[in-house]
Amino acid sequence: MKTVVAQGLSKCYRIGEYKAGYETLRDTISHAARRALRLEHVDHSLEELWALKGVSFEIEEGEVVGFIGRNGAGKSTLLKILTQITPPTEGTASIKGRVGSILEVGTGFHPELTGRENTYLNGAILGMKRREIAAKFDEIVEFSGIEKLIDTPVKRYSSGMYVRLAFAVAAHLDPEVLIIDEVLAVGDHEFQQRCMGRIEDISSSGRTVLFVSHDMSAITRLCGRAYWLHAGEVMDEGVAEDVVSRYLQDSSGTGAEKVFAEGEAPGSDKLRLLSARIVDADGETQHSVDVREPVGIECRFAVMGETGPLFPKFKLGNDRGEVVFNAFDTDPRWRTQPEPGIYTCTAWIPPNLLNEGVLAVDVTVAALGAPTLVNHVNVPGVVRFHVTDPGEGDSAKGLFTGKLRGGVRPLLDWTTEFDDSRGYETAKRTTGSAVSSAET
Amino acid sequence: MWTPQAFGSTMLSAPDSPVTLIRPARRSGLPDFRELWQARDLALILAWRDVKVRYKQSLIGIAWAVLQPLLTMVVFTLIFGTFAQLPSQGLDYPVFAMLNLVPWTFLAAVFTLTAGSVLTNRMLVQKVHFPLLILPLACILVPLVDFVFSFAVGLGITTWYDTAIQPTIVLVPLFLLMLAMTGIGLGSFLAVVNVRYRDVPYAVPFLVQLWLFASGVIYAAEALPERYLAIASLNPAIGAITGFRWAVAGTPPPTTTMLVVGVIMTLVFFVGGLAFYRRAEPRFADTL
Repeated sequence: MKTVVAQGLSKCYRIGEYKAGYETLRDTISHAARRALRLEHVDHSLEELWALKGVSFEIEEGEVVGFIGRNGAGKSTLLKILTQITPPTEGTASIKGRVGSILEVGTGFHPELTGRENTYLNGAILGMKRREIAAKFDEIVEFSGIEKLIDTPVKRYSSGMYVRLAFAVAAHLDPEVLIIDEVLAVGDHEFQQRCMGRIEDISSSGRTVLFVSHDMSAITRLCGRAYWLHAGEVMDEGVAEDVVSRYLQDSSGTGAEKVFAEGEAPGSDKLRLLSARIVDADGETQHSVDVREPVGIECRFAVMGETGPLFPKFKLGNDRGEVVFNAFDTDPRWRTQPEPGIYTCTAWIPPNLLNEGVLAVDVTVAALGAPTLVNHVNVPGVVRFHVTDPGEGDSAKGLFTGKLRGGVRPLLDWTTEFDDSRGYETAKRTTGSAVSSAET
Repeated sequence: MWTPQAFGSTMLSAPDSPVTLIRPARRSGLPDFRELWQARDLALILAWRDVKVRYKQSLIGIAWAVLQPLLTMVVFTLIFGTFAQLPSQGLDYPVFAMLNLVPWTFLAAVFTLTAGSVLTNRMLVQKVHFPLLILPLACILVPLVDFVFSFAVGLGITTWYDTAIQPTIVLVPLFLLMLAMTGIGLGSFLAVVNVRYRDVPYAVPFLVQLWLFASGVIYAAEALPERYLAIASLNPAIGAITGFRWAVAGTPPPTTTMLVVGVIMTLVFFVGGLAFYRRAEPRFADTL
């Protein structure tokens, strides 16, 4: 059953009129007077900006759909139309079921009012009935974890507490269709985990969720399908992971494969890099890689002269700009001068080693020039790929749904030993001395 | 193809789920009364917020509601009662002034609050959907609470000066309704202008001051020359304040012209102001 159907949604802003911010009456009167006196031709053709151009889509009941795109692509305008904050200029949409929207955490919170009062106020603003809020009040307060301060004006709250209470209210909204915008952009790491967890709960309970975010790993984790908006139009649509990887490829300008045209191949007159790509176990180029699968980084280069012993080398960097690791090809064959010809080297990264996110690969082929390396080729960020975790419980995260921090995220062998209860009793009795010895 | 992993036991949209239709804004049309009624909780809670916030950090709290008309009455009594010796329809001037100032303060407050209502709540307008008509409508509560207190003091002063309170006092709500509708109607008009032009907050106090002189607060409206009275009656405050004074203290009742023209103008302002507001409403979120 179709829950959300949008047909040709368009939104036009007239820039001269709206985007210039507010004007004063004096300005308008003086303009009008000048026009009248000089009988100026009144220019009605204010510059038009179509923030949304004929966007259509259909969302089935129970689907979790992500909307991605750059700033200004029309995501926010689309959400504002779907949440009825602003009407479309053209087109229609219909939404079946009770709609709840969170475009901001803590809308309408008043600093002078207490946590309790703001809970009722914010709940009403989000569309809850008074009775509904009263029924859920204890649950909300417990979720927020600020029981002690619930009767204190929120102006005395730290920003963390403020956001926690605000999200707690929003999280207890119980709509059939939930529209969420970037709420995860606020708060600390722990809070964001909580938000994600809650949104996952909501989405897995069969509700329809429309989710806008810049966090691509959140989109791939939560959403089944995604729409990519570009300049007010639907640029791409499909399985979230695929859309995200195509989007990332497009927005960074580099993808999972790079083939240099003849004459553009970087390098020296002795060695040139021909191509690089990311491959799966079957040798297919992949933009997006399941963390549980091995992934190969392949590069082809031509040796044309006396290079000396070589070190083909990859460096992986993540989207936070951290170096994940460097790796050399240590094959003894490179310890002597290689014959001229074309070489294809592939480095295999084992499954369950990388962390989720976008990784960029720098390809270097260096020669050993004592005591340092001399680069024949060094191309930073030549290819890029996206590591995803479908969250089925068999990766290094187990059943945890949040993000693990760190450059890598290996799946380690854990051993656990178990003592019977007598052993526990002994441990308890010796705790005191154990602590003091640990301190020294 | 992706399918939802688990269907919670809670609910999936029932066959009778409401369907929201989203269309380009239409130029006119009656407000959606059903939606407006469903938003009553929100309207009440917004009004309650304003009342709460108003008294929360003030030193003397609710006394402000009383002090404002009371001190104005004292000044008026000195200037217009003692020095200028304006006629006061047989009442002691303090009683006369107080009984005019209590409804006038109510009107001025409704008007001022309504004029700022959209701008004050712009964060809401830009972030959530709700019937925007509740913004001006929710502006009655604060002035009404103030009115209750100042009216009580007004009645005290009336009794203090040995003026009998008339049984017609039960008609006071009717005149109050006239004032509320006038204030909301004209205020809504300015609220719309305020979305686009930020001059309005500067203009409002000035307009209120001019309006005071045209509303028979200082003088009795009957004192006006006959030929101006019909024109003055276009201002519903004239009929409503005269009526209020009559209902409480038994001074001469408003003339038929004052009442008929006043009621018609009240409706014109109320319906006209809110219609203008409705027409501009779809663009609020884009313009603010």
